Amino acid sequence: MSERDEIISSNVVTMHMGPQHPSTHGVLHLVLELDGEKILRALPDIGYLHRGTEKIAEGLLYHQFVPYTDRLDYMAAMSNNLAYVQAVEKLLDLEIPDRAKYIRVVAAELSRIASHLLAIGAWALDLGAMSILLYAMREREIILDIFEMLCGSRMTLTYLRVGGARYDFTPQCKEATLKFLDILPDRLDEYETILTGNRIWIKRNKGVGVISADDAVALGLTGPALRASGVRWDIRKDEPYLVYDRFEFDVPTGANGDCFDRYAVRMEEMRQAARIIRQAVNEMPDGPFAVDDPHIVPPPKPDVYKNMESLIHHFKYVSHGFKVPKGEIYSAIEAPKGELGVYIVSDGSERPYRLKIRAPSFMNLQTINHLATGRYLSDVIAIISSLDPVFGECDK
Amino acid sequence: MNDSTLIQKIRDTFGDDVIDTVVFRGEVTHLVKIASLTKILNFVKTDPAVRMNCLVDVIGVDYMGEAQRFEVVYHLYSIQKKHRLRIKVRVGDGEHVPSVTHIWAGANWPEREIFDMFGVVFDGHPDLKRIYMAEDWEGHPLRKDYPLRGFKDKFNPYGVEKEDS
Repeated sequence: MSERDEIISSNVVTMHMGPQHPSTHGVLHLVLELDGEKILRALPDIGYLHRGTEKIAEGLLYHQFVPYTDRLDYMAAMSNNLAYVQAVEKLLDLEIPDRAKYIRVVAAELSRIASHLLAIGAWALDLGAMSILLYAMREREIILDIFEMLCGSRMTLTYLRVGGARYDFTPQCKEATLKFLDILPDRLDEYETILTGNRIWIKRNKGVGVISADDAVALGLTGPALRASGVRWDIRKDEPYLVYDRFEFDVPTGANGDCFDRYAVRMEEMRQAARIIRQAVNEMPDGPFAVDDPHIVPPPKPDVYKNMESLIHHFKYVSHGFKVPKGEIYSAIEAPKGELGVYIVSDGSERPYRLKIRAPSFMNLQTINHLATGRYLSDVIAIISSLDPVFGECDK
Repeated sequence: MNDSTLIQKIRDTFGDDVIDTVVFRGEVTHLVKIASLTKILNFVKTDPAVRMNCLVDVIGVDYMGEAQRFEVVYHLYSIQKKHRLRIKVRVGDGEHVPSVTHIWAGANWPEREIFDMFGVVFDGHPDLKRIYMAEDWEGHPLRKDYPLRGFKDKFNPYGVEKEDS
């Protein structure tokens, strides 16, 4: 049989989706084996955005790596900052001031809302509801404005540093945050009016991409996607870090483990995040926003220009960094996409001997074959969006 | 309380198979023999008091210059018991590690990543191939003797000149 005859006689067609397909959220390359429109196998081929972040980290001082973490999950840079600096602080055995902890909670939760807004916006866009993306961007814009007020940057923030935060959470930021919290619930209701009861939205998400709780745990699924399968595991509740144990909030879960539940969990998580932010902003104590340790925290920038000692201090900090004790630690946070962990092996020097980022997008993407097998081609779009992968962190 | 389960129970059950136990910053680490790795991981997953049902990550580390060069690190978490455990094995260059994909299906990609980045081979892995780098890539980037900017070739003029060996 000639090759052409073989292709014609076979029912199985291999189709490549991505890496430049607009609904693959970046550079996902899926190799789909199709029988008609039915998926027999979905094999992700990742690595198009691999930049060797972990290799780069081995050559950098501990404080120099913070900007690189912004570029992992660039939709929620604060969460990445937090995961990394918290790991270094655990290695240093450093206790940060209370105010810094509250600032970090506010920053991380704002970034959770920003990430979920974009996740749902892009998801709706992929399924044909373009207006949601525009609405979500409008709300995300307010958060990015708050970030700009906080640290002068909108996407790549580098705001949280080892020992605390870089700048204080000013009264203006507080006012802007509270104003945003007043707006948000109504806006979320608005999305729900458009999506939750929408026939097309339900048809394309209910019962699509179902994964049972056991399979989800076995495959390493974490975050909102796991909770949609009914597993109540949230690191903020189960192993509280920062001051999450002082706030009241619920962990939403789903029952069916399908795309619709993953959507519903994300919507509810935004409301809960808003609840946490309101408590954190109102209860935020006064005091320093970084530890008082000149080895770990650089002097305020304005002083560097005016004061000789501060200039020397700044120079020493930037060029020498700080030593951390020998040992190995793993520290995880509940990032918008799931468990974001940082594993550091230290040899006692100023640079990590080995730094490994446990990226939630990477582990979550493993489930795509399980979710898509037996479904139709058009469902793959909804399934990818429901996992909300970001390739900055997936490919590292 | 948790610590005694995680330390004593595993040490009592496996005795000499556990080479070393370290507690650092409240994290329990067992260094175990490679021959008993599957047995120990099976135990920690199924034992009702330990119940590590979630494989968080599998990580490779390169300790270049030491007799057994690589370390494979398993991070485990128990959703029911809410505790974490780290189990490590040492392997030399060219030695194989038994795959744990039959215990936790989620080990598939992390093991591929270690194979890609360090060249450690996992026996029994369903689909062991490179994950980040191109299929025809030479070398394993996260090894300590691999230069940061890679080796010089026609695509990479800034790389390090390769030594003839």
